[in-house]
Amino acid sequence: MATKNAGRQVLLQGNEAIVEGALAAGCRFFAGYPITPATEISEAMSYRLPGVDGTFIQMEDEIASMGAVIGASLAGVKAMTATSGPGFSLMQENLGFACVAEVPCVIVDVMRGGPSTGIPTHVSQGDVMQARWGTHGDHPIIVLAVSTTQDCFSITVKAFNLSEKYRTPVIILADEVVAHTREKIRLPHPGEIEVLDRIRPNMPPDWYIPYENNSRGVPPMSSFGEGYRYHVTGLIHDVRGFPTERPDEIVPFMNRIFRKINQHFADIQMVHEESTEDAEVLVVAYGSVSRSARRAVREARQRGVKAGLAQLITLWPFPRQTMEPLLRKVRAVLVPELNMGQMSREIKRINQGMTRIETLNRIDGTLITPAEIFARLVKL
Amino acid sequence: MAEDTKLVYKYLRHDKKFPHVWCPGCGNGILLGALIRAIDRTGLEKDEIALVSGIGCSGRLSVYVDFNTVHATHGRALTFATGIKLAKPKLHVIVIMGDGDATSIGGNHFIHAARRNLNLTAIVVNNNIYGMTGGQYSPTTPYGALSTTSLYGNIEQAFSIAELAGMAGASMVARGTVYHASLLDELIEKAILKRGFSVVEVISHCHTQYGRKNKLGGAVEMLRWQKDSAVRLEKARSLSQEEMEGKFTIGVLVDRDLPVYTQEYRKVREAAKKMMARPS
Repeated sequence: MATKNAGRQVLLQGNEAIVEGALAAGCRFFAGYPITPATEISEAMSYRLPGVDGTFIQMEDEIASMGAVIGASLAGVKAMTATSGPGFSLMQENLGFACVAEVPCVIVDVMRGGPSTGIPTHVSQGDVMQARWGTHGDHPIIVLAVSTTQDCFSITVKAFNLSEKYRTPVIILADEVVAHTREKIRLPHPGEIEVLDRIRPNMPPDWYIPYENNSRGVPPMSSFGEGYRYHVTGLIHDVRGFPTERPDEIVPFMNRIFRKINQHFADIQMVHEESTEDAEVLVVAYGSVSRSARRAVREARQRGVKAGLAQLITLWPFPRQTMEPLLRKVRAVLVPELNMGQMSREIKRINQGMTRIETLNRIDGTLITPAEIFARLVKL
Repeated sequence: MAEDTKLVYKYLRHDKKFPHVWCPGCGNGILLGALIRAIDRTGLEKDEIALVSGIGCSGRLSVYVDFNTVHATHGRALTFATGIKLAKPKLHVIVIMGDGDATSIGGNHFIHAARRNLNLTAIVVNNNIYGMTGGQYSPTTPYGALSTTSLYGNIEQAFSIAELAGMAGASMVARGTVYHASLLDELIEKAILKRGFSVVEVISHCHTQYGRKNKLGGAVEMLRWQKDSAVRLEKARSLSQEEMEGKFTIGVLVDRDLPVYTQEYRKVREAAKKMMARPS
């Protein structure tokens, strides 16, 4: 049923859809370094950005890419980088800077088999914990997982919006299968897409307190060169941005950067539920594995098994408010994932004896099939 | 002198909790003064300047002055600066780094920033040591010198920062010392106004860590060494290799016009727009 507002139907691979999503969200700066299986994002950005007065730059490594992204965002331009495991490891230091200096930016990690050089051309979900805790020290972070090419577009838009709204880096976890699957997707018209921008200061520059502890927990952010000169540092700082070692300034700062995420849980946590209303057994999955899980759940339903699916879009902060009621009402939970059990560990931690958690893990660079999930599901 | 003090005062952040972190006699204060005088001479507004520093004693410089300032991560100041400059080309982006900052942990960023020739000004304070962490050898610590990690004498060869920058493709390379303060003003001013990647290597001293360990005396003695060892480029040209032994040249060492990155990228944008306008 094609209407005037149906948008544009296009055939894209996941990596290309991420680029389209970023551009639709207002991204106008990209810095990256080639790495399989994320390279197509750099390639598409290098082709697309200059045409919309944006800037693409291929940096000397991933450390530099992350630094340039932070710099561009400080100057007021929405910025992104994309990489895979080894490059993501290199970005961790500057990612921590973006957390502590509260610089909005988006980092795409297209997961491949690890550790180290690992299995570069094959799928994995091994970076779930690295995305949460990769940089040193306590820090809040938002991590979103994509499972389809359509997701790659819409979740990327969402990632930029969350990063602008909460002044935080947002990590998109894609995987090799999602990144390279070509699918027909619908690109909405620009007017249909909600695009959020960081709140900028509107007070006179003399009154601007760049890291003010306000009720939202998110201080307005000025761009360099707009009259609000302030200091940006990776050191723990006071409300004016100046380094501090005073416990009475450190504690409110740390509390605020956690609070700005925690008090907006409802806005940040995204879980797609399918057939969960009367479910007795539940599959919790994310990324490409959730597609196998969806089919397994539907087949189980056809066989009379009351199965449901909770597909995690938000991985971190873990969507506890949504997941706890689900865990409480089902007999058993299966967590299939392409790692040794990174997300199932978190689910077990939340579970506290409410239900039985079983895992299905694969680390050989191939996908978990619907049949494998189905076989486990009917025995739960 | 009173006017000079007033000028420095104009650019300092008075709400920052002074005093600064530097030892009495440190060269960083002289550099800060030179930087302020140079910026004032260019006539640029405070708001047109983005000052990015790395980590170490020199890295603390950015917090004291009233510009758009970033105290970046160790070695990565140039990468932050690259993002700022590309996102807002009208800003004059000045980067302050130490010798270990720029040529060890940030060595890769340093040579690639020079090669790329983005319109940035990099000021590298070379005091031959990692001062803030207590005096470990750096890529510019002379062969044989003592440090807390070369207690038997340094066995590594030192980088020449200025030569490295020149070979890597910088548009302008200069060397000065904190002793020759008025020359330093001029070199920094010239570097800020230069189109393309400009580097000013600032020979400084760390009497607290390097001087004490190597029995080179205090700040005064080390400044005297700078006075005695530095030779103006014009004069150095007339000296033989033997006469230059143990000495170094100061002045503008490289000054050339090369394609600047932002200018080149404008061409990329035009080409991309032409391509997009073509009916598919």
